[in-house]
Amino acid sequence: MIKAKNIFKQFGDQEVLKGIDFTFEAGKNNLIIGQSGAGKTVFLKILVGLHQPTKGEVWYGEKNFFQLKKEELRQVRMDVGMLFQANALFDSLTIEENIRFPMDMFSKMTLKEKKNRVDLCLERVNLEGINNKFPSEISGGMQKRVGIARAIVLNPKYLFCDEPNSGLDPKTAITIDELISSITVDNNITTVINTHDMNSVMEIGDNICFLNQGILAWKGTKHEVLESKNDLLEEFIFASPFLKKLKARALGK
Amino acid sequence: MIVFDWLEHFGRWVVWQKQIFKKPENLGMYYKETIRQMYDIGIGSLPIVFLIAIFIGAVTVIQFYYQMEGTLIPPYYIGYIVRDMMIIELAPTFTNLVLAGKVGSNMAAELGGMRQKEHIDAMEVMGVNTSAYLVLPKVIAAVSMIPILVSLAAFVGVIGGYLASVPSGLFTAAEYIQGLRAFFIPWNVTIMFVKAVSFAFILTSVSCYQGYFVKGGSIELGQASTRAVVYSDILILLADYFIAVVLTG
Repeated sequence: MIKAKNIFKQFGDQEVLKGIDFTFEAGKNNLIIGQSGAGKTVFLKILVGLHQPTKGEVWYGEKNFFQLKKEELRQVRMDVGMLFQANALFDSLTIEENIRFPMDMFSKMTLKEKKNRVDLCLERVNLEGINNKFPSEISGGMQKRVGIARAIVLNPKYLFCDEPNSGLDPKTAITIDELISSITVDNNITTVINTHDMNSVMEIGDNICFLNQGILAWKGTKHEVLESKNDLLEEFIFASPFLKKLKARALGK
Repeated sequence: MIVFDWLEHFGRWVVWQKQIFKKPENLGMYYKETIRQMYDIGIGSLPIVFLIAIFIGAVTVIQFYYQMEGTLIPPYYIGYIVRDMMIIELAPTFTNLVLAGKVGSNMAAELGGMRQKEHIDAMEVMGVNTSAYLVLPKVIAAVSMIPILVSLAAFVGVIGGYLASVPSGLFTAAEYIQGLRAFFIPWNVTIMFVKAVSFAFILTSVSCYQGYFVKGGSIELGQASTRAVVYSDILILLADYFIAVVLTG
């Protein structure tokens, strides 16, 4: 479980986050949604420790992240996996070397054990046999899955995904969502997904945090989205007339 | 205010050095990266360093011959002048100015590209000390390989001088070699190595700083790469002056 307590973030004169409180639950897909510029990425980067909040705390279980000592911080970092929007796969390394990188850096496993673990992770994301290819030799969807494989290689307790579906066709996007969701449930991981893909919201949104102009404007589950009376959320989720009609039909109006 | 900007960058650079020289997380990974960088900097730069050194040696001989022709100074002095100029000044300074363009801009572009593609963020999330892992191997590789390149440049420069003068009959091989062996001061070699190591550290450190902290898109990356070369060159020339004052004073 991750708790964000009263998070503020300011860049110069601009206040991007204004006192956000939210609990990200274990074994659930926790979604951060909101329009572009709402502060989603900044919030995610604060949760993962890439940005320091101007004010507020982030708790990983019983540990206050920004108060941790060096060794404790290292331990927490070992429990974190992250899938980046542009995958952030290292171009000069093969797929296997990319996935092996966190193990090479931090584990004392033998090369054979590491290779077995890479194979297992690739199998988990349905990409067996591409060990020796380079990231530029595989499709965008496959790169996302390799990114997921690298993120889960050290058996993380926390998985962060920044726009996992950006640039993907709807079918591949659903595959990625299903993959993240099954990994989350199977391993009881606290997964935090930053997205503005409505399919993701309605398919895997177990615990949703809706940001608007740096403020937590709504929270709930995918089931509660349909019946929400929050105008800002409705405007965001059902932005097109087509979706508005769909919602009306779903509610029997 | 340019002065405050410079001071801010300098302060940030000093604080950053503390991160770079921290204990590595995994010596094996750092070792592999250092060897890769040593190959890139050392072997990768040999052709350009040789080419420049041979022409510098050749031009030095021809121009000194032109200036000294008809004077009472014996011709073998040209060999002596070329040797000392290559050792004390031309090999360390020219080699590093050229390497600032080749190696420095490459380092800035590599790190800047990694920053923009979120590779550095990805490593940070994994718990890697990216300042150390990405920069320390480059510094070690440069500080160990560039003095070797500089020594080779001095040697090749002297050969360049020979090739430009003896076959064309400016003076005899015996005169040139007599000059090379005359008035040798071993301290000059120490000066060459002090310069080589100092310049190598400057060009690596400045270039990596420009790349590591790049913000924005491809235009900013290009600007950072240019700044890496320009600032390295300026600081190398300044350091050259101070080392000359201190070590020859």
